[in-house]
This record gives sequence, C-alpha cells and structure tokens, in this order.
Amino acid sequence: MTGAADGGPLTLAEKIWSAHRVTTLESGAEVIAIDRLLLHERTGGVALKSLEEAGRTVMHPSRVFATMDHIVDTFPGRTDKTLMPTGTAFIVSTRESAKRHGITLFDIDDPRQGIVHVVSPEQGIILPGAILVCPDSHTCTQGAFGGLAWGIGSSEAEHVLATMTLRMNRPPDMRITVDGVLREGVTAKDLALHLIAALGSNGAKGHIIEFAGSAVSALDMEARMTLCNMATEMACAGAVIAPDDKTFDWLEGRPYAPKGKVREQAIAAWRALYSDEGAVFATEHRFDAAQVRTMVTWGNSPQHAAPLGAPVPVDALSKADQQRAVDYMAVTPGQPVAGLPIDAAFIGSCTNSRISDLRRAAAILKGRKVADGVKAICVPGSTQVKAAAEAEGLHEVFLDAGFEWREAGCSMCFFAGGESFAPEARVISSTNRNFESRQGPNTRTHLASPETVAASAIAGRIAPVSEIAA
Amino acid sequence: MTPLVTLESKAVPLLRDNIDTDAIIPSREMRSVSKDGLADGLFAGWRYTAIGGRDIDPTFVLNQPESKGAEILLGGSNFGCGSSREHAVWALAEYGFRVVIAPSFSPIFQGNCIRNGIAPIVLPRDTVETIAAGFADGTPVMIDMPSCEVRMGLAVFRFSMEDEARTMLIEGADAIELTLRHRTEIESFFARDAAVRPWIYLAD
Repeated sequence: MTGAADGGPLTLAEKIWSAHRVTTLESGAEVIAIDRLLLHERTGGVALKSLEEAGRTVMHPSRVFATMDHIVDTFPGRTDKTLMPTGTAFIVSTRESAKRHGITLFDIDDPRQGIVHVVSPEQGIILPGAILVCPDSHTCTQGAFGGLAWGIGSSEAEHVLATMTLRMNRPPDMRITVDGVLREGVTAKDLALHLIAALGSNGAKGHIIEFAGSAVSALDMEARMTLCNMATEMACAGAVIAPDDKTFDWLEGRPYAPKGKVREQAIAAWRALYSDEGAVFATEHRFDAAQVRTMVTWGNSPQHAAPLGAPVPVDALSKADQQRAVDYMAVTPGQPVAGLPIDAAFIGSCTNSRISDLRRAAAILKGRKVADGVKAICVPGSTQVKAAAEAEGLHEVFLDAGFEWREAGCSMCFFAGGESFAPEARVISSTNRNFESRQGPNTRTHLASPETVAASAIAGRIAPVSEIAA
Repeated sequence: MTPLVTLESKAVPLLRDNIDTDAIIPSREMRSVSKDGLADGLFAGWRYTAIGGRDIDPTFVLNQPESKGAEILLGGSNFGCGSSREHAVWALAEYGFRVVIAPSFSPIFQGNCIRNGIAPIVLPRDTVETIAAGFADGTPVMIDMPSCEVRMGLAVFRFSMEDEARTMLIEGADAIELTLRHRTEIESFFARDAAVRPWIYLAD
C-alpha cells in the first residue's frame, strides 16, 4: 500500500483515511477515528440498548445524532403509533436512550426530522474530509460531500458509541470516471442504474468508489447524493466525490457546518481533498455519459436495469436466476417493461426525495392526473424538504394530480412501520431496491427516476416522460 | 462471543446470487428492539407458504430433514447484500449457523458476521458447488479456522481471511474491550486533531 510515509501520490480516500488513523494493530488492521455517528430507530435503538446492557457509556455524544425515519409512519397527523403493532417500542426506546446519553435527536415533531441521509447534509453534519458512519447501508450517499461515509451494523455502531473509532483494514480504492455530458432528461438515477447494470451487483467488490470525471463534476449536490446513494447496490465499502465550490456553497450556513473564520480555515483544508495525479487505484472503470439512457429495472436486483424502451434481456443471468426473476416480476424476456400497466407509483426514499427531485416530478405532474386505479404516493425526504416544497406550492401539484402527500420518512421504500402496497402490485418507484417483497407481499418493484415515476403514474403504465408530454 | 476454532457439520446449499438481508430477515419479522427472537423469521418469505404465515414450505432446503442441525450455510455471490440490518446475522446465529461459505459477501454483512461469531468464508463458486454436492448424502464438512481450511472427505479447500477478523472469531473476542485498551491513544488523537480540524469537534 502506498501512503504518506513514502510521499507518493494519494487517492482521496487514502488522504482522508490517513488523517483518521489512531493506531495500527498487530493484526494489520487499524483503529480509525470516526467523526460522526448517525442512528435511526430501527438499528440505532438496539445499539444503544446493547451498550447500556454492557454497562458502557457514549464517549462523545455531541458527535452522535439520531433521527426517526425507518419505522415511524408517514401519514398526516402521525404519532408514536405505527401500523406494525410493535413499531412504537423502537421509537420510544430510541428516544429514551438518546435522552439518557445526551444524543441530539430529530424526533417525530422536530422540524429537522427526516430520512437520515437527507437530514445529515441539511444540518451540515456530514462535512468534506470527515468520516461518518451509520447503521444503514445507504450511508454512502453522504460521500457526495467529499467525506468517507459507509454503512455499518448495530454492533459496529455500538463500538463507535463506546470508542468513537472502528477497527478496520483500509478498503481498496476504485475509481469510476464518467466523462462527457448526460443527455437531456437523463438523470443521476439513470446514471447510477447504468453503472450498476454494467458492473453488476457485486461490481465494487468491497472497494471505496471515487466517482470522478466531467459528468460527475457537472452534477449538482443533490444529484451527486443520488449517485453515491446507489453505490451500495454494487457492494461498495463507501463512495466519495471530491468536494468543490458547489459542495462548500451548499454547506454554507448549515447548523452544524463551520462558520466565519473556522469555515475559511476548513475550506482551505478541504481544497486539498482530491486524488493526486498518478494516484493508484486498485480498479478503474471509465464510462461515457452520452451512452446513458433513461433506465428502469426489470428484475429483483438493481443490476437488472435496462434502457426504458429496451427489451428485458433473454439471458442476463444464470438460467435458474433469470427464470426466477422473470417469473417473480411477471415480465417477458425480449419484450420491454415499458407499457406494463402499474398499480402504484412511489416518489421518496434517501435516493430521490429531495427538493430538486420533487420539483422535477411536479413539473411533469402539473395540470395532469394520475391514471385511474393507480395508488400514487409522494413522501418528502425530510420535514424541511416538505416545508420547502409547500412554500413553493409543490404539494398542491402533487395533490391535484392525485398523489398522496405524506410526512417525511423512509415509508414504502420497504415495509416501514408495517405499511405496504397490495400483494403482487406492480410499483414504479424512485427508491433503490427492487428486492422480492420489499414494498409489500410479492410486490413487483421497478426502479426509476422521479421523472419516470411521475410520467408512468399519469400514463398508468411504465412510460417515458416523452410519452405524456406530447 | 463463543470462539470458533474448528467445526464439523453438514452444509446446507442455498446457492442463489444476491441473497439480500430482506430475504434473510424480512422487515415485518423484526418486531422488537432486541437481538433475540429472530430465528423464527429467518428466510420467512421462503420457509413458509404465505407471507406472514408459519406453515412450512417443505420444498425449501432448510425445511428438508437433511438440513437439521446444520451449522454451515452455502450461498451464492454477493451474499447478504441490501440493508445493513444486523438482524440478518442475529437470525442466522440464533437458528444455529456458525459459518457461511459463498463466492462473495456484501461488505456490511461480512463485518456483521464477524462481530457475531459467524465466519464468512469466501471460496470460488465451483468450490462452493463441489461442497454443495455433498449435501444430499450428508457428507460432513470440516472448518479449520487456524489453518484457513475447509475439508470435505479428502478434499482440502484453502481460504483467506484478514487476520483481524480471523483472530476475533477464533478468540471470540469483544472488539470494544480490545479497542478501549487504546483509550489513551484515542483521546490524544482527538486532542491533536481538534487543533487541526476544529470544525469536527462539537461541544459535548
């Protein structure tokens, strides 16, 4: 491994990692300082409970934040009660533990509440050069800010609570360079699905992915979050994008971001956060942005994605796996999924629930109606996003079109709090996972951008924006 | 954590790729703020005939008599992908599994296994298939952690695992306790770093 010791060129991830090395263990693993730990009620509460049972305390509560997103329901007027009879216990336990340990909690009625990967950037909790972990697989979303961020389990979260460190071997580096310009109407979500389809669900093989290239730099911060969010669907150990002026501007004035002179000092340090010329990556991939089309998934893994009008591949997988996916999804190899009638449309999740996502979807929905028989739901990613959307009147666009307009949370990205779509419902969804029964019993989830979800909701079938804009 | 040094058991084949943690333990089966009571929900969507039900599906491999008492599970590539929920590993452990052998694992799932005394062993797909072929006639599989070997009959398959992970498994160690021995180094790191990156250090 190259490193600061021999003065060679460093990758961005390596620079951040080295700055957090507390000590190297006999095993070769390292004790790495953690700057921020985020918790939510589903996996965080159990970590805090386990810590207490072991008679341990939280080492640095000021650098630990918790929110309610996974189990809390998203119906207007919600309380601690959930459809899932035992959901309340997760909410109450997390609240009480957070209070006992002096951890900042964005509770159900807090204007800062929302999906953990939406609220952390909003509050300036993730910062360039920082290491942030959370017992949630989509934590890599926050690498969009030029910090290292990855998902951990509850035991690792307990380890961070007690020691503010993790014991780890440094993951290898992968760079995915996307040059060129994305076509009109092609989004970061489409780019993410394109990359996952090309590299496979195990394509990142435990590497930290650095997304680079002109097409990545051109993305705004929210689009960068969408791209980094989906990196976990290729089995990455984290994702990161070098921070730039867009990053620094986006963070300005956020509650936990540095201000005044400290901000100037921070920005000076953050400007050194890039991969040096000649830095060696264990694996490199290159893509041309112009090749990316609007994408939709046809199977039960995010890698089962194809351009919207393209046919479902005939032999993408092993025979048994292909048959299973095709049978489960009730799709036909050789035929496109475009045109399949849908039962439901969902806009939300840590992938695509930010204000820019809602604006783009609303632009398509304005003056139109959701097709008869389609259950359509929009769940803003945070209470703050919801308020911003309402200030612009977007909620009226969604409601007038026939969408439900919900409180912030993870919602029906999965069986959150026990709510689900109807058995075998075909759902077009701006979320990140199309796994079997993820959104309800035997639901058939098709992942797509918020634009495609909006267009499909109006058409009543999986459809591109061009089809309804005519 | 119970140390895992050597183990001999049948190995149950579940060779699908991308077995995700929603499949290992569905959301609806995670009912309490606890690491316990999850074994019943393990692979619930596949083990039972109806979603949310408890009627056994006899065609699912774990329900076959040959699987009884098995401590080794064989999986496809990218095993444990998806949600970081450690409940997936707690469910496997409570059910009785100590080892999962697969061509590759999701990084988060792999870490969760090690923290809970389950060895995630990576072997090439054809090796996993060879081991799987021994299931029908009940051929026992031997796991030897100190020598990094999986043995079946006369066949020996060597695997590699980071020393840190392997030592934690063999010793059944408590990672927090080990790390807290470095408490002074950790605190002095934070004190030094606070001068360099003051924006990270919020007031406790």
